[in-house]
Amino acid sequence: MSCCGASPDFEEIDEVSRLVSTKLAAFLRTLRDNGFAVGPAEGQDAASLMASGYAARPGLLRSALKHLFSARKSDWEKFDGLFDAFWLGRRVRSRSLTFGAAKAANSPSMKSLQDQGSERGGSQSATDQVPSTGDAPEGQGGEGRMEGASRADNLAEVDFRKLADPEQVAQAHDAAARLARLMRTRLTRRDLARRRGYRLDLRRTIHRNISHGGVPIALVRRQRKGKPLRLVVLLDASGSMSMYTSVFLRFIHGVLDEFREAEAFLFHTRLAFVSDAMKEKDAGRALDRLSLLAQGAGGGTRIGESLKTFNRWHAARVIHSRTCVMIVSDGYETGDAALLGREMAALAKRCRRIVWLNPMMAWEGYAPVAAGIRAALPHVDLYAPANTLQSLSALEPYLAKL
Amino acid sequence: MKDREQIAQALAVSGYIADSELATAISLMQRLRRPLLLEGEAGVGKTEVAKALAGMHATELIRLQCYEGLDQSSALYEWNYQRQLLAIQAHKGSDAETIEDQIFSEKYLLERPLLAAIRRAKSPVLLIDEIDRADDEFEAFLLELLSDFQVSIPELGTIAATTIPHVVLTSNGTRELSDALRRRCLYHYVDYPDVDREARIIMARINGAGAALSLQIASMVESIRKEELRKVPGVAETLDWAAALVGLDVRDLQDEIETVHETLMCLLKTHEDKARITREVTERLLGKVA
Repeated sequence: MSCCGASPDFEEIDEVSRLVSTKLAAFLRTLRDNGFAVGPAEGQDAASLMASGYAARPGLLRSALKHLFSARKSDWEKFDGLFDAFWLGRRVRSRSLTFGAAKAANSPSMKSLQDQGSERGGSQSATDQVPSTGDAPEGQGGEGRMEGASRADNLAEVDFRKLADPEQVAQAHDAAARLARLMRTRLTRRDLARRRGYRLDLRRTIHRNISHGGVPIALVRRQRKGKPLRLVVLLDASGSMSMYTSVFLRFIHGVLDEFREAEAFLFHTRLAFVSDAMKEKDAGRALDRLSLLAQGAGGGTRIGESLKTFNRWHAARVIHSRTCVMIVSDGYETGDAALLGREMAALAKRCRRIVWLNPMMAWEGYAPVAAGIRAALPHVDLYAPANTLQSLSALEPYLAKL
Repeated sequence: MKDREQIAQALAVSGYIADSELATAISLMQRLRRPLLLEGEAGVGKTEVAKALAGMHATELIRLQCYEGLDQSSALYEWNYQRQLLAIQAHKGSDAETIEDQIFSEKYLLERPLLAAIRRAKSPVLLIDEIDRADDEFEAFLLELLSDFQVSIPELGTIAATTIPHVVLTSNGTRELSDALRRRCLYHYVDYPDVDREARIIMARINGAGAALSLQIASMVESIRKEELRKVPGVAETLDWAAALVGLDVRDLQDEIETVHETLMCLLKTHEDKARITREVTERLLGKVA
């Protein structure tokens, strides 16, 4: 093997690549499916590495390709498993077990919200588990269809969970996206009005005036760069929220599309960063990609644990001084409520405002008595209902003030 | 590949104890001529990698510390305005074109790190530190520079690189970097070292730290990292602590629980963490170290 030369001759590359390139291309496809950003340049480099002797030792090749193909920590951690599964024929299952009980494939809630989002409506009973504290569960079975006949004229006032007709659902989604767009324009305009140069930039002033022999005639001022408001949305995708998740996902899709700076996370028993998946232009496709990410949705909710992950791994990156964190959840914590309180306190120290939207708040007879929400409330700046479009748009003036 | 062991050895000579993955990354970096992006917690020794790399190649380390608002004039080049003005005053009356040619010559050009890095006779190591602190615009500009390795200065023309520098970028993750930049780079995640490697790091860096003590310190730090802390101590903190212990003439951690507990301030940097690691906790952790 002539691996010492930095560039092996073309014939050799040609020969090896004929054997390997098909498989390599398939591997690249697998990586792309798993969210790696790899392009043809990386493929070429990989082929040349394999041709120059790296292929002889799987351990070395894995380490080399890992550096080449990964682009972030999550890639870095996933890579070894993918590599072993693809090239060495080992099952990835042993690896995914270490992550906890997250079950792959059939996640009932994600599936059901996709269905609601696209074709079918109505059958939402499968994952519906209305908590025991409030009033008796109502939206069961065929009730949705009945509601359709006597629906109120103004869609904005209809509770999301009572939307059954696919057309209505689509309308609500559009409205949510429109709302996100509206919010953004208001916010940006405020941002612009605040900019004003207030300091002299001496260096630029001198440079500009060289043509006058250095006499400062035209002054250059320094402007402070405006920091746009950033919205970070944490959406609860657990079973108890399943009737609302689909509309809020549309809302988030709109927010990510329209805000200059926004990030989105999904949580149930663990936290998933979904901004990248949601940036897909087509909302249906975005939901498709989401269902891959959000394995295990529809189970219990560990808000405290998810917030802990958020504080530990994501907060430094996504939160700056003009950040509003929006948590959309019913606050039914199945984990440790004290942990939730601690993590909320830590989060409150970091960001400008915390808005907690609770779709159940508008239910008759609802009171925030669950341990989770009680622990969280002291750290929340605004606690508001969010079960109708109207209640969502009521938030806008509040956000604009930040 | 033999070169990985050679690289690890060469790095060790410059005072950096690398694991085999990092050695692979560095050998790839040379082979593929791509920049290396290092991510990891604060204090795991990302910057040290670049310093050791410079030591390994026996070449200059050019460092660009990024911050919000970093722009071309402080990263790439700037004209020396004061000298230009003086020159204009001194040559008053002579032909305008001659003056212009003169004041826009290299004599009046101030090199900043990025320009300096491509104009050295021997490839230097260019360390772009904490790239996540710079703005998006700067990142885009950097991307262009890293692919073409040439700089165009409107008054002077295009300056092509005489040598291609070894580029190391580090990021703490305060901001998400663009996919384009990430794709351009080789990626390496720097994790906290395991006990064995950390002990070797202590021995390499701290004079007078014996093997037994280093191992004790390393395993103590390891168990402190497992506690629930707000700010997990990095390798830099470990070295501080080791230096403190060696300075206080500690030979065995078990014998001097008092000193150990009092010097923990080298590792724990917030009030909460300090309160959490009480004397009892220290004793419990020390018990495990034995």
